[in-house]
Amino acid sequence: MSEPTIHRSLPLAAISAFAVIAILPLFLSDWISFLIALALAKGAVVLGVVLLLRGGLISFGHALYFAIGAYAVGFLANRFGIGEALVGLPLATIISALVAAALGLLLMRFRGIYFAMLSLALSMILYTVLIKFYDFSGGTDGLSVRGFTLAGATPARPGLVQYYLVLGLTAAVIYVGARFLASPLGYLMQAVRYNEIRIEYLGASANHAILGSYVVSGAISGLGGALVAYLIGHVSPELAFWVSSGDFVFVAVLGGTGSVFAPFIGSIAFEFVKNYALKFSPSTWQLTLGVFLLVVIYFQPQGLWGLLTRLRAKPQ
Amino acid sequence: MNILPIILIDGITFASWLFLVSAGITFIFGVLRILNVAHGSLYAIGAYLGATFILKFAGQEQHGWITLLLLLLAAIVVGLTLGPLIERLFLRRVYGEDEVIGLLTTFALFLILEDAVRLIWGIEPYLVEGPYRLFGRVRMAGIAFAGYPFLLTIVAILAALLLWFVIHHTSFGREVTCVINDREMAGALGINVPRIDLMAFALGTFLAALGGAFTAPMMSVEPGMGASVIVLAFAVVGIGGLGSIGGAALGCIIVGIARASAVQLFPEIELFVIYALMVAVLLWRPQGLFGAIELRKI
Amino acid sequence: MIDVQNVSRAFGMLRAVDDVSLSVGEGETVGIIGTNGSGKTTLLNLITGYLQPTSGRIVFQGTDITGLSPRRVTALGMARSFQIPQLYTGLTVLDNILIAIATHSGRSADFWTPIYRSDCVTKADELLALFGLRDRAAATVSDLPEGGRKVLDVALSVILEPKVLLMDEPTSGVSARDKFSVMDTLMPALKRGRVTTIFVEHDLDIMERYAERAVAFDGGKIIADGPVADVLARPEVRRAVLGEG
Repeated sequence: MSEPTIHRSLPLAAISAFAVIAILPLFLSDWISFLIALALAKGAVVLGVVLLLRGGLISFGHALYFAIGAYAVGFLANRFGIGEALVGLPLATIISALVAAALGLLLMRFRGIYFAMLSLALSMILYTVLIKFYDFSGGTDGLSVRGFTLAGATPARPGLVQYYLVLGLTAAVIYVGARFLASPLGYLMQAVRYNEIRIEYLGASANHAILGSYVVSGAISGLGGALVAYLIGHVSPELAFWVSSGDFVFVAVLGGTGSVFAPFIGSIAFEFVKNYALKFSPSTWQLTLGVFLLVVIYFQPQGLWGLLTRLRAKPQ
Repeated sequence: MNILPIILIDGITFASWLFLVSAGITFIFGVLRILNVAHGSLYAIGAYLGATFILKFAGQEQHGWITLLLLLLAAIVVGLTLGPLIERLFLRRVYGEDEVIGLLTTFALFLILEDAVRLIWGIEPYLVEGPYRLFGRVRMAGIAFAGYPFLLTIVAILAALLLWFVIHHTSFGREVTCVINDREMAGALGINVPRIDLMAFALGTFLAALGGAFTAPMMSVEPGMGASVIVLAFAVVGIGGLGSIGGAALGCIIVGIARASAVQLFPEIELFVIYALMVAVLLWRPQGLFGAIELRKI
Repeated sequence: MIDVQNVSRAFGMLRAVDDVSLSVGEGETVGIIGTNGSGKTTLLNLITGYLQPTSGRIVFQGTDITGLSPRRVTALGMARSFQIPQLYTGLTVLDNILIAIATHSGRSADFWTPIYRSDCVTKADELLALFGLRDRAAATVSDLPEGGRKVLDVALSVILEPKVLLMDEPTSGVSARDKFSVMDTLMPALKRGRVTTIFVEHDLDIMERYAERAVAFDGGKIIADGPVADVLARPEVRRAVLGEG
């Protein structure tokens, strides 16, 4: 992507889409509203993956931040009795950012398949800790997240309030994401994918660019995880399992890296297909996903926007 | 009670179990430069097919050595059919692309195969304990161990020897080594690289299926077994170095001993140590213990 | 300005650069000639830190820069263009320039202000005009012909406003018509800015026209070092570089 979206006013389509999504709960069932909110929250995690994907880095361990954000909210609600979102959400985001900063210092030296493997290992470490340390994390039972409040008030219709909370934060995340993509750091991240030597010879550091992106990515993904925790009302170790990371990568690749909206659109499509496919035929939805992914990989429709062609254009 | 023999034996048998799958993955990476996420599914299919063969052909009692032959047969069938099929149809198109594309492709295959297994074999677990009972219990160092895992160790050692022999003493092995070192050059030297690719992937598939088949008597064969084993294999291969079979063997032993120690001393960190080890090794040597570094020229 | 002292670089048995000593003063324009494989590019790699010398020292403005990374060397005021252009191939010409402008003004950690800020775009525009790339600003680099890529590569190194500019075959692949027009604009500008310029060239016309001093390489060693006309007239240089006699 070379044309900055920030310099045009937000496309009319995006505004209309938001308006439509905003009034949907009035017409649709609670379940569908829940699905949309869930998809948007997960979309934030996917955006985190996309920020790195633009640098040619696949994080196969982003479920780590998803789980950190979710469990931060989970601990707060379950162990400390604080269900206030205005405390939980910033806390989850900050903790995720701090962890991302620490781990980013390790990961920033890796590329390609080694980056993927190391990120996978780090997320699996969290998974094994969550599974085994029952007293700490509730083990495989997980933790229930009850007592959601917003600005101190317990909403009469928590689902609805959460819906608009997610929608508002999604808009914020999209704004931050768009600014990031149009910024020097955002472009430098793309540069990492194409030519690290040139970056070094401009006096900049590819590793530092990756670190910066990784921190922003971790923070956004952690926020997504925190939102999901409130939405579902429960957190469990599965959130950190590698297949969960795989799902985020799947949506990221499908949506492509060209637009800040793609992760959210892809996420909504994914959640709805998954929901209905699971009901209709539980043993074929993964197969469908897999076939879809293969089609995208082989034939490069808009979804795999630039990923294949750009990775193929290796610098000499 | 002296736990050292327990740790050693437990560790070695765990390592053997893991070796079959991880040797396949690392070998395939060396030749095709693709990290095969679907390897876990091939392992699972080996287990399911092995279980099916035993249930169909070994009768109610699942007696006798024939069960072992059936397991081996299952692995061979998977290696000879699924291996070439997957390589030809799905992987061939993505050679020469970035390694990350290969990863995504095999991840897609993993998703497909996981459901394929569910569709073919259902979601109920399969239990085939016949071969397991065949080996009873063995006394070592004053402790009674189950006998079957030792068979697994023997199978792993035989597989390692077979691999070593094939690579160093057959023309196929020489050609494979050429391809591993330099694909383009190998082609220029007249080696039929596509054929080597096919055979290498089939061999790797066979190894995974062998691991699965011989594991079937030890645990219940159920959906999701592939997903859990693949991450363990990744850990081992990351430690040992992508492309190095010797590295995979060493990685297996390290992981096996570490895990066995944890089980005896501090059970909560049983799984944690494996990934912690992987992180530690990757931080110290990003390419793994025996992996190769790649430099760029300008 | 730059002092290369007895620098050697061996690759196994091959001595790509063999006990080379070279001193370049501020504001000089030096051309390096030699056949392929004579060590010219390796020397640039050594000076800029992409390779470590197996022996010897490199001093830049009194500071020992031997073994420093390209990033550090660039930060100290050296810039370099490449024999094979090193560009962000999937991005546009304008993107490449803007990224260089942003990193040069210290904004590589900035994740909030747009890179397409109007003052930066204006500056980029000026640069593109200087290098004749204006009409191809929106083209993706991978679509550019080799000449255009070469020129862009040089432009990126110039953006850094370096004290020392090293160019590796800046005109190879560039069409005969564009060669001179770009160099005619660039070289006087560098002179005015008192930029120490060292460039590697095959093209003797370019050498004669723009270099004041010539250094001839053969087999990893310097075989001649002096005013351009003198060096190019020497028989051993003509034999080594042109294969004459």
